[in-house]
Amino acid sequence: MLQTLQSADGSNDRPTDEFDYASLDRYIDSLTDKRGALIPVLHKAQSLFGYLPVEVQSHIALKLDIPSAKVFGVVTFYSFFTMKKKGEYKVDICLGTACFVRGAQKIADALCRELNIKVGEVSEDGLFSLDALRCVGACGLAPVVSVNGKVYGRVTEDDVKSIVEEQMVKDGERR
Amino acid sequence: MDRFRMHILICGGTGCKASEADGVKAALRLSIEKNGMSREAQVVTTGCFGFCEQGPIVKVYPDNVFYVHVTEKDADLIVKEHVVKGRPVESLMFHDANDGASISEHRSMPFYQSQVRIALRNCGIIDPEKIDDYIALDGYQALAKVLTEMTPEETTKEIIDSGLRGRGGAGFPTGVKWETTRKAQDDKKYVVCNADEGDPGAFMDRSILEGDPHSVLEAMAIAGYAIGANEGVIYIRAEYPLAVERLNIAISQAEEYGLLGEDILGTGFSFKIRLNLGAGAFVCGEETALLNSIQGTRGEPRVKPPFPAQKGLWDKPTVINNVETYANVCPIINNGAEWFRKTGTDKCPGTKVFALAGKINNVGLVEVPMGIKLSDIVYKIGGGIRNAKKFKSLQTGGPSGGCISTENLDIEITYETLQSVGSMMGSGGMIVMDEDDCMVNIAKYYLDFTLEESCGKCTPCRVGNTRLYEMLDDITKGRGKMEYLDELEQLGEVIKDCSLCGLGQTAPNPVLSTLKYFRDEYEEHILHKRCPAKACKDLLRFFVIPEKCIGCTLCARNCPVSCISGDRKVVHEIDQSRCIKCGECFEKCPKEAIARE
Repeated sequence: MLQTLQSADGSNDRPTDEFDYASLDRYIDSLTDKRGALIPVLHKAQSLFGYLPVEVQSHIALKLDIPSAKVFGVVTFYSFFTMKKKGEYKVDICLGTACFVRGAQKIADALCRELNIKVGEVSEDGLFSLDALRCVGACGLAPVVSVNGKVYGRVTEDDVKSIVEEQMVKDGERR
Repeated sequence: MDRFRMHILICGGTGCKASEADGVKAALRLSIEKNGMSREAQVVTTGCFGFCEQGPIVKVYPDNVFYVHVTEKDADLIVKEHVVKGRPVESLMFHDANDGASISEHRSMPFYQSQVRIALRNCGIIDPEKIDDYIALDGYQALAKVLTEMTPEETTKEIIDSGLRGRGGAGFPTGVKWETTRKAQDDKKYVVCNADEGDPGAFMDRSILEGDPHSVLEAMAIAGYAIGANEGVIYIRAEYPLAVERLNIAISQAEEYGLLGEDILGTGFSFKIRLNLGAGAFVCGEETALLNSIQGTRGEPRVKPPFPAQKGLWDKPTVINNVETYANVCPIINNGAEWFRKTGTDKCPGTKVFALAGKINNVGLVEVPMGIKLSDIVYKIGGGIRNAKKFKSLQTGGPSGGCISTENLDIEITYETLQSVGSMMGSGGMIVMDEDDCMVNIAKYYLDFTLEESCGKCTPCRVGNTRLYEMLDDITKGRGKMEYLDELEQLGEVIKDCSLCGLGQTAPNPVLSTLKYFRDEYEEHILHKRCPAKACKDLLRFFVIPEKCIGCTLCARNCPVSCISGDRKVVHEIDQSRCIKCGECFEKCPKEAIARE
């Protein structure tokens, strides 16, 4: 079962990742009403582990006593949940309408070129991931790019390079 | 409570926060301290002022001076000049785009002049993280009034009489919803707030939740009293962390004050509210899909009837209203239905909040009386089109709405008029498009969104919209055929008629409305393989105008795929086979020697 799920979605779970379920289990045990608890539990798990691979899903299914197929169904339905590990720098480009009409697609293209990945992918070194968002709500600043939650407004194609480089420098300093 | 001579209000909405409002706040505080004004002036974080284009915004009370585009560096100037010496800083005020005159008070700005604030009454005035601020402005008075002076029947009747209609888009009379749920017989009922604002380019509900969370909590408690429920759930997008945080603060403060929880104000009425985080599915804005999501399953819509008023959350009678609808409830209870009916039109009383964005000068959040002309919003409030371009279309209702052309700009906004021109009110997104926007491409953009967000449960939406998209994709890539136009129309109507929920039933609107008003653009794409707005990449070609090229090499150096060749001071050439049509050369050329067609 697990095998088929994994190959079906082609996720790049790294076998080296180990999950410490203690904190998640405490959270699940603290819930008084388990009815409708799956989505809050998934939120919690993703905030702890960063993503929701099949292994984590199976654990949750056991804990909540529901079929793991149901957990998989819910995880894949909602775009907020991810089965892939994101990059250390999560780059998001807003493709909401306000950003779109102010040229967000060009910025997205430029980001793809600069990071050498497609939207939805993670760079080979695991440093960057690029995702498209639908509206961060900062439409006055369109087009908008955010990196790990920090919002860059009125982005031009020229800015893309410096935004990426800023993160590279940060990464260099950290290491 | 400390008293201050001056209050410096700074916008804490997402838009202004993204423009470094937090840094400005810290700088203001530091400067106040440095100048020995700590006991004279205080800095208050408020919700959204609405004028996001000009952010970060700072407002100084009691002088009522409105500062725009404030940076950290300006903080000292404001404190030294305005706070210490009492001299407002003219250079930081808003300047009229036409005559350049500075305007100090927001009320005198064209952006605010036509607005009427009911739902946004407290946004930008109170500190959303302080319940005392809310109470000082009549907060929780409406709840006290219904609990002590009115019966549930009277409360419901007041809402029916006010004519308030659902602000989430469909415009169903709110009071009727309450009445049906009130009459439903069951031991348990629920009040749900739909805060799953998924329409891209819309941020009305978020601003209300971030700027005035108590107004929604209070209204939900009133709804609970009216229908006989003691549990409320707010279903909110996980993408709105600030709104979630402020709601959590508001709920715990209200509980602490005994305004939520057991035995509210000693009346015996109990009401609890909890949050439920969404997980990024647009379809969950549809009420039955939302209920399924709260129940922890895939957010697929249910077949209606039964309606949520009869069988909602956990199959119990449930009232679901949108954030903005709730935000209107307390003023109606406090001031009466008659008062509410004085604003707006007969069939659509009250106001509507719109998130005005796109190619417009004044991007921001506006609240206008129903019945106002679209053109007034675009030109008076919005200040016209950016960069003096030509207006092409106004899009309302997000992926469910349509594109309105110039000829219909003079209609008066109501649910019905917008529908009559092929669009809809929707939750309040309003995107302005100019001559550079290709309407076929825009229709394709919305369809792409719908495709991604369709839950796939019913065939018309899942397969039908995919076919629509494929045809639009062909047209934008020069592979379109004339018979597509009829097919688009026919299929669009079928999808509207046969889809299960609101998402599918409205998904073809962007295609149908653009076909109706901008058919010539479709034809131009198909017949002449030309995109009049020069937005469809595949139909574009960039080339060098030899007479104008001075051989500066700027284009060649900026070309991301190095497909431009030419030596210094020699006319350059673009290799069409390798050109990715990014337009970089076109924008960089100092001599306008690159042409596109």
